[in-house]
Amino acid sequence: MSQLLLDVNGLTMRFGGLVAVNGVNLKVKNRQIVSVIGPNGAGKTTVFNCLSGFYIPTEGSVMLKNEQIAGLKDYQISRKGLVRTFQHVRLFQKMTVIENMLVAQHRHLNTNLFSGLLKTPNYRRLEKDAMEHAAHWLKEVGLLEYANREAGNLAYGQQRRLEIARCMVTQPELLMLDEPAAGLNPNETKELDELIIKLRDEHEISILLIEHDMSLVMGISDHIYVIAQGTPLANGTAEQIKGNPDVIKAYLGEE
Amino acid sequence: MNSSKLYNAVFAAGISFILACLMIGVKLDTDSTVLAVKGATAEQWAWIIGGIAVVFLSQLFSTQVDALFRAIPKPDIQALLPQQQKFATLKPWLIAAIIVVMMIWPFMVSRGSVDLATLTLIYIMLGLGLNIVVGLAGLLDLGFVAFYAVGAYTYALLSQYFGMSFWACLPISAGLAATFGFLLGFPVLRLRGDYLAIVTLGFGEIIRILLNNWTSLTGGPNGISGIAKPTLFGLEFNRRAKEEGAMTFHEYFDMDYSSSYKVIFLYLIAVLLVICVIYLINRLMRMPIGRAWEALREDEIACRSLGLNRTAIKLSAFTLGASTAGFAGCFFAARQGFISPESFIFIESAIILAIVVLGGMGSQMGIIFAAIIMTILPELAREFSEYRMLLFGLLMVVMMRWRPQGLVPMKRPNLELKQQ
Ligand SMILES: Nc1ncnc2c1ncn2[C@@H]1O[C@H](COP(=O)(O)OP(=O)(O)OP(=O)(O)O)[C@@H](O)[C@H]1O
Ligand SMILES: [Mg+2]
Repeated sequence: MSQLLLDVNGLTMRFGGLVAVNGVNLKVKNRQIVSVIGPNGAGKTTVFNCLSGFYIPTEGSVMLKNEQIAGLKDYQISRKGLVRTFQHVRLFQKMTVIENMLVAQHRHLNTNLFSGLLKTPNYRRLEKDAMEHAAHWLKEVGLLEYANREAGNLAYGQQRRLEIARCMVTQPELLMLDEPAAGLNPNETKELDELIIKLRDEHEISILLIEHDMSLVMGISDHIYVIAQGTPLANGTAEQIKGNPDVIKAYLGEE
Repeated sequence: MNSSKLYNAVFAAGISFILACLMIGVKLDTDSTVLAVKGATAEQWAWIIGGIAVVFLSQLFSTQVDALFRAIPKPDIQALLPQQQKFATLKPWLIAAIIVVMMIWPFMVSRGSVDLATLTLIYIMLGLGLNIVVGLAGLLDLGFVAFYAVGAYTYALLSQYFGMSFWACLPISAGLAATFGFLLGFPVLRLRGDYLAIVTLGFGEIIRILLNNWTSLTGGPNGISGIAKPTLFGLEFNRRAKEEGAMTFHEYFDMDYSSSYKVIFLYLIAVLLVICVIYLINRLMRMPIGRAWEALREDEIACRSLGLNRTAIKLSAFTLGASTAGFAGCFFAARQGFISPESFIFIESAIILAIVVLGGMGSQMGIIFAAIIMTILPELAREFSEYRMLLFGLLMVVMMRWRPQGLVPMKRPNLELKQQ
């Protein structure tokens, strides 16, 4: 049986008087794709920021593999195997694609200063492994031939894929994607769809997804959570959500 | 010609007129016993009017001037170098040749040139140190001279009070400067850009004022003099050995005394130090820590999301940058034999920053070129010494218009991947 990877209870985030997130619960099991949907400004990105440690939640618990992570520093959380992408692509623009991939492996590579200065055999081996690991993931997202290009010069769709590959080299267990399909053409969206499924089925990680593209969400999600104005509205499988009158109202009401 | 252009031109000409009148047009002079305000000579007025005309016309025809600037061919230094492959095989030889030339050259030129070259090497060291902080980690530091001062005073004081040698003080100076870098790093961890610049500026001033006012220890504005010169395995370069029983260089090798030995020796030490610094920083740039500095400059939030500890990365940049300045400071004190807070004023920080920006942020080659230009140019323009700062400013403006990315922009390393 698949077990619980992420368990969020009563997550609340207040900015002064504004309650951006209000009592959200989320459960992600191993090897699951779970989506969070909701109208613009519903608080989805804020949920991600709370989970990844960019904000310290006002209330609520966040358990990753039965360990409380709410309140930990952002870099500590990502080292525990929870990494994310951003709604607006955040690459190291002036660095090359491969350098982007190496920075993500900083923790595995950065052993001590002197072994690097002296190029000890151990350091060389680590570096070689990191390069191979990076090459593996670049190939996986189809960017191997661009390895020595500046990341900022890639096409938008390629930048999105690089961001995902960069997360994957950190060997996460839970990958959080914030609107990965935004700005992609239908073809690229289809490739993204396949990539996400592959990550779950072959690489055995779980994915938490924020997305406005309903056909993508409905097609790949194992479970869907709906948030409106910071408050949980509904959750269930794609079929259940599609037929839920509250959800339809929330979406239509907005438009 | 639209009217906004004309307005701009009149405005700029007016400003130039006011400034020129204040700075060149009137002079305070003593007329026997009383102060008198004197006007400029007719010749100076002609120059002022000419200058204002240039400002007026260049504003009026700014589009054409811009086009002219764009039309000037930009020297593509990248293209002058041989191709990647060929260059890789040539590189060790080239470096060896440069080092050999640098070693032989001082024996063939005048003392003054060697001295100037030594000064240039100090600025190269400082530029390379600041490059870590500003060019790589993207943290604007306007008080870099503080670490230079810490290095210099460390050696001066240790030598004065405890008679410690240059070679022993070199690592201590670097270490102490690094400690100061680390300490400064803490309060500015959350700051970026303008705010960081202001805090570091303040830090530089604090150190200078401290040195100026702690008279009992540092000698205040009078500085410290008679700082011992470096020795070669205990051999001094003076006419007579200072310590009882010590030998001097010319006695040991049974040569006639010449003061140029000392100058050349100092130069060779500087070359050695610069080579060490270049090698170390070059390695660091290709190591995880160097990449992390750059990643921090590019996107701090992405760094955090990938498990990089920004505190450690920022502190390491400050610490290593400062230790390089400490090295340079220690050597500076040994070369001068005399230091005072005067040597560590804000304009020094500004010059070092200018070297980094003119050279091309992050690019070691560029910084070396820029340091050479910035130290040699003022010497060549000795006749204009009164207008040195003016020329300096002009150079900056022209460079930033013509080549904003710096003399030799940083090149990304090309990493070979095994095709799977
Ligand atoms: N740091 C902050 N300070 C104050 N208010 C904030 C902050 N971050 C988010 N908010 C507010 O929280 C609410 C939710 O924003 P959030 O970005 O999470 O929405 P979202 O669901 O991701 O929307 P979208 O679909 O447009 O990306 C918004 O009203 C926003 O203004
Ligand atoms: Mg959002």
